[in-house]
Amino acid sequence: MLPLNATILQINEESPLVRTFFFDLKFETMEPGQFVMVWVRGLDEVPMGLSSKNSITVQKVGEATSKLFELKEGDSFGLRGPFGRGFTLPIKGEKTLVVAGGVGAAPLAPYAEAARIEGSEVHTVLGARSADDLIFEERFAEAGEVYISTDDGSKGTKGFVTDVLSNLDLSSYDKIAVCGPEIMMASVFRLLEDREVLEKSEFSLHRYFKCGIGVCGACCIDKSGLRVCKDGPVFSGLQLLDSELGKYMRDASGQRVKI
Amino acid sequence: MYSLTGLKLKNPTILAAGVLGTTGASLCRVAREGRAGAVVTKSIGPTPKAGHSNPSMVKLDCGFLNAMGLPNPSYPGFLQELETAKKDSGVPVIASIFGGTPAEFKEVAEGLLPGKPDAFELNVSCPHAEGYGAAIGSNPCLVEAVTAAVKDVVNVPVWVKLTPNVSDITCIGNAAESGGADAVVAINTLKGMAIDIESGYPILGNRSGGLSGKAVKPVAVKCVYDLYSALEIPVIGVGGISSWQDAVEMMMAGASAVQIGSAVYDRLDIFSEISTSIEAFLQRKGYSDVKKLIGLAHEMV
Repeated sequence: MLPLNATILQINEESPLVRTFFFDLKFETMEPGQFVMVWVRGLDEVPMGLSSKNSITVQKVGEATSKLFELKEGDSFGLRGPFGRGFTLPIKGEKTLVVAGGVGAAPLAPYAEAARIEGSEVHTVLGARSADDLIFEERFAEAGEVYISTDDGSKGTKGFVTDVLSNLDLSSYDKIAVCGPEIMMASVFRLLEDREVLEKSEFSLHRYFKCGIGVCGACCIDKSGLRVCKDGPVFSGLQLLDSELGKYMRDASGQRVKI
Repeated sequence: MYSLTGLKLKNPTILAAGVLGTTGASLCRVAREGRAGAVVTKSIGPTPKAGHSNPSMVKLDCGFLNAMGLPNPSYPGFLQELETAKKDSGVPVIASIFGGTPAEFKEVAEGLLPGKPDAFELNVSCPHAEGYGAAIGSNPCLVEAVTAAVKDVVNVPVWVKLTPNVSDITCIGNAAESGGADAVVAINTLKGMAIDIESGYPILGNRSGGLSGKAVKPVAVKCVYDLYSALEIPVIGVGGISSWQDAVEMMMAGASAVQIGSAVYDRLDIFSEISTSIEAFLQRKGYSDVKKLIGLAHEMV
């Protein structure tokens, strides 16, 4: 598909560095966890998880996202997608645990909402650097119980999401959905492995995408060779056993960069 | 087993360069899960390159447009990927390389030799990287010099991948053959472009790029047909193959084997699908060997 034209309807400031852009296209069939390629015309195209059927939630981290932050309501950008494999929804009666760190909450907010609609009891562990950086706390709270952790202790448990997780009975959950910075996901992965609940878990990975449609191979992970853009970005915990998760990723040239 | 420039292939379908070839693990997956008969790596050059900005590939109704810009970690960075592919893929691994001069081609080839590639494929055909690829591949003297330079330092087969963006592809094919090439591979992508009419911006980050997929198949068939007539060395057919019928057609035009690229978009096991269907076709038609198909169209006058 060629990029669709998305006109910005509304911009919400979620935290000092994170904004949600609502646009005039609605991806009715999107699975939470799927991504779109966001084309900032004349500059670059970057992958972004959908935070709802008609929004992306963006952290200002580089050139393309900085340019996005200059856009106003009524401005437009290009969009391709939704692409990739999203999180697996629970079935009625199953218990769901959502583990979200920082802007990793973006694809998980629609997941928590969809899980609730399916009839699942949803608990969320929401982590961020400080109280100001917490994203979508209200959306998660509407879906169920929320446990908060902040690095500086300005809200909830002082520490990391793993400090909250280690006090939960993880075996009571049927689905565990994780998205956040890779260091956080690697810690969560080890904890779930220790507790022998890895098979219930899914993780959303972030890698450099070039084609975004599963052809070029720039985003393949070791040792499976799975493509993050097409076989992922959401992988089961079992698929990530003996993988590069938390160790390294490849840059645009394909060189390995330590995490 | 099927022999191609001395390489032993389980089937005549080969993963094309620049597709799922950035990492060793990915090449292994295409070989093991996809059952490709051989795999060609991403094109590797002398220094790390990030490639063009995105969008770098878009799907059209008739195929794909791409301008990756030869992203690669350079030969020292790629050696461990090549070693993984060699160790675990179970199929011949062909190293695709590029450079701006015969000396650079030689440097990259020598640099990858410790990884023991089964053959080299010289990329003199990428249509959208200034100073590389087609910039060399449209000049017969340079093609001959580059081929000879690599042949001089390696003792494995050397394939030369040709661009269709020239007035006479057989002239370039002849130059590769004169330089000592063991086979030519045809074709790389055709120059192409798409424009976003909402904004007027060209869609690809590089503004223009190369067309692959279904739309280019008739062009590839004609190039392979002409090269088969003009050259003594084998021709490997690539361009828009997404079904066994496409593969058979390409072989009848003169291809000794086929490469498959864009079609992995639909399915990774396209290689096993095509090779088993070719076998069924041979049986149905009573051909004793896949070799009976190669160049068949030339005899039908």
